[in-house]
Amino acid sequence: MQTSAVEAERGTSLWRDAWRRLRRNRMAVVSGSFLLLLGVVTLLAPVLPGMSDPELQNLELGATSPSFAHPFGTDILGRDLLARVAHGGRISILVGLVATLVSFAVGVGYGAAAGYFGGRVDNWMMRFVDVLYSLPYMFLVILLMVYFSRSIVMLFVALGLVQWLTMARIVRGQVLSIKQNEYVEAARSMGTGHFAIIFRHVVPNTLGPIIVYATLTVPAVMLQEAFLSFLGLGVQPPQASWGTLVNDGARVIAFFPWLSLFPGLALALTLFCLNFLGDGLRDALDPHLRHD
Amino acid sequence: MQNPLFGNDTMGTVMQATADETGGIRVLEVEDLHTIFDTEDGVVRAVDGLSFVLRQGRTLGLVGESGSGKSVANLSILRLVPQPPGRIVSGRIRFGGMDLLALPESKMRAIRGKRISMIFQDPMTSLNPYLRVGRQLTEVLEQHERMGRSAARARAIDMLARVGIPEPAVRFDGYPHEMSGGMRQRVMIAMALLCKPEILIADEPTTALDVTVQAQILDLMRDLRQEYGTAVVLITHDLGIVAGTADEVAVMYAGRIVEQAPTAELFANPRHPYTLALLRSLPRLTGERDRLVPIPGRPPRLIDPASGCPFVPRCAHAQDVCRREYPAGRNVGPAHDVHCWVDVTG
Repeated sequence: MQTSAVEAERGTSLWRDAWRRLRRNRMAVVSGSFLLLLGVVTLLAPVLPGMSDPELQNLELGATSPSFAHPFGTDILGRDLLARVAHGGRISILVGLVATLVSFAVGVGYGAAAGYFGGRVDNWMMRFVDVLYSLPYMFLVILLMVYFSRSIVMLFVALGLVQWLTMARIVRGQVLSIKQNEYVEAARSMGTGHFAIIFRHVVPNTLGPIIVYATLTVPAVMLQEAFLSFLGLGVQPPQASWGTLVNDGARVIAFFPWLSLFPGLALALTLFCLNFLGDGLRDALDPHLRHD
Repeated sequence: MQNPLFGNDTMGTVMQATADETGGIRVLEVEDLHTIFDTEDGVVRAVDGLSFVLRQGRTLGLVGESGSGKSVANLSILRLVPQPPGRIVSGRIRFGGMDLLALPESKMRAIRGKRISMIFQDPMTSLNPYLRVGRQLTEVLEQHERMGRSAARARAIDMLARVGIPEPAVRFDGYPHEMSGGMRQRVMIAMALLCKPEILIADEPTTALDVTVQAQILDLMRDLRQEYGTAVVLITHDLGIVAGTADEVAVMYAGRIVEQAPTAELFANPRHPYTLALLRSLPRLTGERDRLVPIPGRPPRLIDPASGCPFVPRCAHAQDVCRREYPAGRNVGPAHDVHCWVDVTG
């Protein structure tokens, strides 16, 4: 292992190693850059010229195909589609991120506890997960959305609550193998408490697979949100997500195809990029490939 | 650390008086320890009536084949036996006026790493690859000494220097994978000694290292033992290491100590057939060259052991009584005890 003097000074962490490998993966870099750009544009949409108001109507204009003034065209009410896609992206990405964070927080804690304590605790905790798993989850989400208010917060909760199950399983599996490591026993022999061992010694070692799974959860959640919105159970008007935009456009797809095309394209591209990035991260973080 | 209950005051029985010819304050007394594992095939009696005494500043070599229970015995002392499937069923471990087996887990945690610490076999895997070396050291100090960051850092770097790590301040910020096996074992030793423990348990500390590095590590442990007055339990299967390092040797077989004596005495005058067989299976550099004699058979299954001495199937001197009953300890020399019905001499 050759390290330059400068690098050796602070030590090459495994994270830095992974970052170096990720940068060499062209697809991942392109995807990451695209996502970054998308993130900036959607984040700044309210202050960017031309897309600040997605609800500005121009009834006289009506639906027009893409033009110089309206790159993505306009919808039936004459609203600029680019602005609507940008603002819809805010909702879609927010749902994806927040629901993933919810599943991350719940799943990692739950799975790590189950795996670390093992035995009967683990058995009960995982049977509970199995029971939830066996429920038709989309049905569950739809039920939640119908029963409670169809607010965006409810959407976060509903999607996150479903996603944490897989996360918990993954983390538990990882923890089961990692807790066999001698450094965990060494930490115990030094009098370190359970909490510190779980969160300082065990969980950081599972972060690789967790991050990979999280990057793959974001697109899955976004897709589910689009699906729910398509069914009219997701984001409610006047708010719009990519899913509702596609839905709106689908009704008039024979006349104004661009109304579905652009938000659909935005969604598809984002999902592609997240998956590529997830793949790249998996390759970069996989310890078995760490032989260069 | 003077122990009012079990310290120096051991003039009571003859047995203890003899044992005390080796002198020294008793820091740890293990009495009739039984540790079992519940497995699908039955109950494995990994430690089956183990007793020994550890004295301040001394090194006790615990020798035995794989599966003789030496590691489990020491995990039991720190109550680190994985539970389930493991279970300490009976016995007493006296330390600092307490019975470690009766302590609540929180008190036990305060002892681990502070008053009794442990070094493991494989230095390549005993350090967390994701944490900087220094963080793993300061963690121990924050835990036990309530030290601030910078004080802990200074103490840890000082400790790294003491165990012979060059450029300790640089290594402090490095990661384990940048170090060789010998260096990592030095780090482990530094970590174990950070809080100046009374007892250091070293579980095959040099098995995973090159022979040259082995010698360095053993030297280091000897120096530090003298400097800190730490008592050491050295677990090993290598009689060579014991000969050069330990003051006393206890030979383990099937979860029990079969023979115990000061090191020189044990090598000069082994009295248990198993010890004899072990010594005969060792190559020597001096004297006549005999053929090495391997010990026939295999270590016994520890599931449902037959009554009597577990060494019987492999023993050349076995008699009827050996199959019936396990022999009590016999004193055969100064501080030399053996558990055998037969009077064997090398």
